[in-house]
Amino acid sequence: MIALTDYLVLGAILFCLSVAGIFLNRKNVIILLMSIELMLLSVNFNFIAFSRFLDDSIGQVFVFFILTVAAAESAIGLAILVVLFRNRRTINVADLDMLKG
Amino acid sequence: MGFEKFLFYVFALILIFAAVRVITVRNSVHAALFLVLAFFTSAALWLLIEAEFLAITMVLVYVGAVMVLFLFVVMMLDLNISPTREGFIKYLPVGAAIAAVIVIEMVLVVGSGYFSSDQYQLISHPSDYSNTKELGSVLYTFYVYPFEIASVILLVAIIAAISLTLRRREGVKSQNPSQQIRVSRNDRVRLVNVTAEKKQ
Repeated sequence: MIALTDYLVLGAILFCLSVAGIFLNRKNVIILLMSIELMLLSVNFNFIAFSRFLDDSIGQVFVFFILTVAAAESAIGLAILVVLFRNRRTINVADLDMLKG
Repeated sequence: MGFEKFLFYVFALILIFAAVRVITVRNSVHAALFLVLAFFTSAALWLLIEAEFLAITMVLVYVGAVMVLFLFVVMMLDLNISPTREGFIKYLPVGAAIAAVIVIEMVLVVGSGYFSSDQYQLISHPSDYSNTKELGSVLYTFYVYPFEIASVILLVAIIAAISLTLRRREGVKSQNPSQQIRVSRNDRVRLVNVTAEKKQ
């Protein structure tokens, strides 16, 4: 019998892997975007597990909205990436210092 | 250990392997393909606890649309891999250490028996139960305004993505339909009175 703990631990491991991915690949914007997608996936795991084990379908509705916003976010992020590459010929984060922040 | 638990562990191992490969692989195309594997496996894991609608939506939306978009962008940008990989070894100890600390903390919290199977049991449904029908009955009644807002967010994403990537280049010969429609007869036709030649 699958327990709630199994899904929560799996979500935690997935979340930490994506945090480590943001640390490791901080030069490559595409892998950063993929790590953010993995992070959202791990959050969805927790929502669905709690929704099913507490028998409350509201959690799955929330996952539906997370999927929508994540799709919009990745589409806009990739569009920004394309414009960035067209202007600067690079997606290395270290070269993106136009704002002088 | 039942068969469901065995399946859960198999899929969980595949999922963790795919996630590790996403963040460590050199080539961005390979990372995108491992992310597809991760999404497929998580859809299978969601099927395992009877969240069928979201599992299928996951495959359709993520694998079918978002990851294809990722692959398009990765292949369209002619990337030079080597400079984006520098510092990988340098950041590996601190990244792994932070990830390990967060894993240990979270496992201490969620694995401490508060969420074990004697506290929460998976609620079993009858065989004619439809996950999609239940989600729809909630989504289109109590959550109809958030649903509309979600559609507006998608519309904003469409317009933003198109307007960001649209570019007008100089020197391209293209038609301007509004200008063509606004043309009047006087702009194009010129009537000339020509005097007749004398007969010789």
